[in-house]
Amino acid sequence: MRFTKDHEWIELIGDIATVGITAYAAGQLGDVVFVETPDVGKTVKAGDPLAVVESVKAASDIYAPIDGTVVEAHTGLSDEPETINQDPEGRGWFVKLKPGDPAQIDALMDRPGYEAFLDTL
Amino acid sequence: MNSQSSPEPILRTPLYDAHAAAGARFVSFAGYEMPVQYKDGVLAEHRWTREHAGLFDVSHMGPALLTLDHPTDDPEANHLAVASALERLIPGDIAGLKRGRQRYTFLLNEAGGVLDDIMVQRPEPGDKQGRLFLVVNAGTKTNDFALIEQTLAGTAKLTPLIDQALIALQGPEAAAAFTALVPEASELMFMQGRRIVWDGGVLLVTRSGYTGEDGFEIMVDDEAAPVLWDRLMRDDRVKPIGLGARDSLRLEAGLPLYGHDLDETVSPVEAGLTFALSKRRLAAEDFPGAARITRELAEGPGRVRVALKVAGAPAREGAEIATPDGAVIGRVTSGGPSPTLSRPIALAFVPPAFAALGTPLQAIVRGKPQAAEVVALPFVPHRYVRQP
Repeated sequence: MRFTKDHEWIELIGDIATVGITAYAAGQLGDVVFVETPDVGKTVKAGDPLAVVESVKAASDIYAPIDGTVVEAHTGLSDEPETINQDPEGRGWFVKLKPGDPAQIDALMDRPGYEAFLDTL
Repeated sequence: MNSQSSPEPILRTPLYDAHAAAGARFVSFAGYEMPVQYKDGVLAEHRWTREHAGLFDVSHMGPALLTLDHPTDDPEANHLAVASALERLIPGDIAGLKRGRQRYTFLLNEAGGVLDDIMVQRPEPGDKQGRLFLVVNAGTKTNDFALIEQTLAGTAKLTPLIDQALIALQGPEAAAAFTALVPEASELMFMQGRRIVWDGGVLLVTRSGYTGEDGFEIMVDDEAAPVLWDRLMRDDRVKPIGLGARDSLRLEAGLPLYGHDLDETVSPVEAGLTFALSKRRLAAEDFPGAARITRELAEGPGRVRVALKVAGAPAREGAEIATPDGAVIGRVTSGGPSPTLSRPIALAFVPPAFAALGTPLQAIVRGKPQAAEVVALPFVPHRYVRQP
């Protein structure tokens, strides 16, 4: 699992990468009450808005950690947005991407690197 | 909201340490470092307040005392004099306020726009000097106080009560929890207040609030505030509630938030707050902006505040409101998820032709139109305890 400074995680299994938000991000957002996921087939560049999560207070964008094409969106989150708070780095995943360039994943922070980054915040 | 480019240091209320100990997450709000939520989070805090009793620190707001410069021996004449002075700035009936009663009113500009929405309370029997207690909003208090001081100079003196904290206890169990500690408060009804001696100090208690629930707002000395806070926190019915849930609670109650649903361009008629306009004052037309306000009452305003239920994503402040065929007719001024109704709700201003209950509209969120419908205010019924 790799991490971005915007607090997304990405995990490559086979040739499909799963994307979600970190436990830290879920804690900062508070209770998620609404999720908007992208349509399958959408292509994104690293840094593009990929999904939206909303708490009582505010809406926040989730950004694509890498270039890719959406192959699956976790539409079940619409009915159970609390999954994101309960298990952000597991059942609370947002999107599965077919990476444009899998090497972009390796360039992201690993867990110790991300934890060191969190210590600077 | 004037949070931008303030050179002043961030302020803390006397309850800062209590918030930190309760696991608060702080945000900067109107120059103060305030708890936006505690450990349980906004949703749980919102629901707790609707079901039990929520404890709020609202010390960032501006309590003040207005005192007649030259009181006579006649307490009633003194009240009339100080009330008449304040009435130069507001459209409410303060002269007719009974002892101990509190009233919601507005500071208006000459164009009839709302400079602030404020609470005014006449002290209970015992006060003979001609005094009024005011509570104004945090973000506007500097300007409010300057306006009142200048306008009333020579007649009455305004004293901001800078050494006083403000605490609110709100919810269906607020009365039981508060009167267990302060039994005299049980005699108060909605929008009544009194001084109560407690633990060697003085509390100014009113039965009012900003959640739609029964409850109290309590003014207490800075030094005694943490003691009162801790004593209330020891009650199992009471939990601390941050500004996040305060906002979602007041939105469900349909109560406007200054700087969002009200501003200097909005009149009380447009905002649907005509209950706070006094018949006597309207007949006399003796307040700022009276010409516009009486005209709007006679002919109808150009826009009105409506309550909307929204399908899909929450429509938040700034979202455009359109007709079913896509014509943009207004904007959301406050909006978000309603924890009680489990759907998005919003307040918006639209032309009166689109304000009837049941009118189908659209809320544009991130470029996508979503179904919306005009519904009744408040979204969640008020549960004030009124005089029988």
